[in-house]
Amino acid sequence: MALFVLQRLLQSIAVLFAVSIAIFLAVYSVGNPADLLVPPDATQAERAAMIARLGLDRPVWAQYLTFLGNALQGDLGTSFVHGRPALSLILSRMPATFELVFWALAIASAIGIPIGLWIGLNDGTRTARAAMTGSILGYSIPSFWKGMVLILIFAVWLQWLPAAGRGETVSLLGIPLSFLTLDGLRHMTLPVVNLAIPNIALMIRLTAAGAAEAVHQDYVRFARAKGVRPKRIVRRHVLRNILIPIVTVLGVEFGSLIAFSTITETVFAWPGMGRLLITSIYQLDRPVVVAYVMLVTFIFVAVNLLVDFTYAALDPRVKLVENMG
Amino acid sequence: MTYRNLKAGTAMLLALAASPAAAQELTIALASEPTAVDPHYHDLTSNNAVAEHIYSALGRADAQQNIQPGLATSWEAEDDNTWVFQLRDDVVFSDGSEFNADDVIFTYCRTMNNETSVGTVGESVVTNFASVETPDPHTLRITTKEIEPLMPELLAQIMILSEGIVEHDEITFDLENDCGVTGEWPGVDAFNTGEAAIGTGPFVLEEFTLGSGITLGRNENYFGEAPVWERVRMVPVPASGPRLAGLLSGDYDLIENPAARDITQIEAQEGLDYVSVPSNRIIFLQMDIGRDDSPFIRTGDGSNPFQDERVRRAVSMAIDRQAIVDRIMDGFATPAYQFIPDNMFGAIPDPEPLEYDPERATELLAEAGYPDGFGLTLHATNDRYINDSQVAQVVAQFLTRIGIQTELDAMTRSIFFSRRSDKEFSFAMGGWGSSEGGAASFLRQYVTTDNEDLGVGASNYGAWSDPEFDAILLEAISTVDEEKRAALLQRAEQMAVDKLGFIPLHFESSIWAFRDGLSYPGRADQYTLAHEVTQTAE
Repeated sequence: MALFVLQRLLQSIAVLFAVSIAIFLAVYSVGNPADLLVPPDATQAERAAMIARLGLDRPVWAQYLTFLGNALQGDLGTSFVHGRPALSLILSRMPATFELVFWALAIASAIGIPIGLWIGLNDGTRTARAAMTGSILGYSIPSFWKGMVLILIFAVWLQWLPAAGRGETVSLLGIPLSFLTLDGLRHMTLPVVNLAIPNIALMIRLTAAGAAEAVHQDYVRFARAKGVRPKRIVRRHVLRNILIPIVTVLGVEFGSLIAFSTITETVFAWPGMGRLLITSIYQLDRPVVVAYVMLVTFIFVAVNLLVDFTYAALDPRVKLVENMG
Repeated sequence: MTYRNLKAGTAMLLALAASPAAAQELTIALASEPTAVDPHYHDLTSNNAVAEHIYSALGRADAQQNIQPGLATSWEAEDDNTWVFQLRDDVVFSDGSEFNADDVIFTYCRTMNNETSVGTVGESVVTNFASVETPDPHTLRITTKEIEPLMPELLAQIMILSEGIVEHDEITFDLENDCGVTGEWPGVDAFNTGEAAIGTGPFVLEEFTLGSGITLGRNENYFGEAPVWERVRMVPVPASGPRLAGLLSGDYDLIENPAARDITQIEAQEGLDYVSVPSNRIIFLQMDIGRDDSPFIRTGDGSNPFQDERVRRAVSMAIDRQAIVDRIMDGFATPAYQFIPDNMFGAIPDPEPLEYDPERATELLAEAGYPDGFGLTLHATNDRYINDSQVAQVVAQFLTRIGIQTELDAMTRSIFFSRRSDKEFSFAMGGWGSSEGGAASFLRQYVTTDNEDLGVGASNYGAWSDPEFDAILLEAISTVDEEKRAALLQRAEQMAVDKLGFIPLHFESSIWAFRDGLSYPGRADQYTLAHEVTQTAE
């Protein structure tokens, strides 16, 4: 196990390094941030001073080496626009996004897995087929449009819920959280639902497919022949076996939603990381974009590690294979 | 469990959903978010507008951009290089400390010791100060190195801080010795946390959270007329759809920049109203005139047709400005026949309309030696100005109709501005919001020949150059006498329009939408100021 962990860690560092070069080059090739930062009535000298102040007059490799040197000491640069360390800027937005994604995936699992299981066990019936088809809809409606429709129905027509913003937050261990206040919950509902819908559909499809396949497996037939109660078969044999792909997908979804729930955050003016990313890209706030991608890469790498470890916990065979290798 | 909790929560919130908003509270949805509440951090419309709530300056620009007394009651130019400002003696800061000339000097010194700043008006203004003296605590005498006729306008933009936010000995305008400041100069963070955000404005800062918004409370010590609002919330909602939805659902009392296409919906809705005022922002076409061989012009003989005045006139005549205003801008714009609105300082009072005459345009092209026209690429933004890519599309079609085969290349602003600075374009659509100084602001930045030493012509990307014009403009911007300056600027403006080195299209209008019971006069500088939002009788 230790060797496995070490190997994965080394791989992760290599990935982070490669990504840093790629993103730096990509960001460097787009526009000149000074042109967006200087006031439009700036004189030639003021513009030149700005370029020098931001270090943009230096060659790209020199800028990269400075970045790398600082990054190794935990400094991912200072935002051009906000004058704050990029990392702390991103981290200050993280709780909002984390909360959104956590609740969205919790709801998606709580609703999607039971429905998926039912469909899988009743494979072939008309209701199951209809539900399966319906889930395609949930998965394929564009997030932006869905968000606007939710706002239109629940905020504009019914006036039950606020259209945008985060509302009141309560600080728990220094982290501002919305779900502890009524106002926060009201603000959170629509964006959470918007993020949850495609994931409910995803969970349904994944669980249904897995369950439909599992019920025809020998071990299920054997258990049934042995006279095990159907509920126990589903719980002990079917569900446990199909959880592995579900956990994998949940992990990946968690990572990518944390990083890129940009559209939902924009539509609902949710002060999360995704919105910070999109504004930073528009403003050519290079340090923030680079720090963001680095952080996201880091999260993905970490989540993948966690998923690997969860496999081992859920499926004894993973350990076995590794011991043999 | 999770699901049940949420269900219970939903039921609860449905019961409480319709709680009425407290009176005297105003919630504003901003189109762009301020990046700081430090008034000397970054010269952005959003930042400047917020600063106007918390701080005041010596003068104050009213809705028409005329400078009214602020912390100074009066001012005069004793000679070309000396300005004397009389300060109010009845002003206290939001923390109770008294305001006097020391605060002003401290503020001006801070603009020169502002490490965290991204770039503001302050530094370039104060650099020009030779000395600042205080004959008494409420009189300020400023001598300048270069003549600066716009001193009151410029100082109206430098928000005054309290000297109490930093440790200091006696404050004097002695930049060599840090003006007497012994402590650390405050950076942007000290303002954003609220610690240093102490001003003399109509409101005090209660909270600033990047991404979530700003909360302001009424400043009970304010020297001017107290605002009606006890508390103001400003929430950034950059996307226009959700901003409108928030207004429709009652979350916001007032929103900035609703999309012009949504105005019909606001009109149809009971309980909502809007205001639209012409802004100072002109949309114009800039041509590459300096280069004989321009990258995006395709002529048979490799010449640059824009160097011929007849071709520029043909371009202007090919465009039906009224049609753009009516069809593309939904009426929320004004055709432009000069570069600043007619009522601004130095404007031509009643400019001759630039006529729309495609037949004459075709003739002019032929006279200039291009009977079959030529090929051209128009570069424009697609996310900077109101309906910018549609406007550019229509311009391209108008030109194609008279034989100038025009392709459109519209791009995001971050790319556009960088490429334009690198002089990559032959024909570009730009925008400019004229500020203090009226006509001078556009003319000195765009139309004057690029001259780094004089700090003029920094945006003259097409290298338009007219020595006669330059002489008049340079004289105008160093003339203190207002009447003379206005006359010189009018002449310069007329010359710029006559030769069409730049082609004006239209002035954008700024729009605000709000719920019934409110009224906002609107501002040419596009600021949203809570203290100018009033309640109407219901």
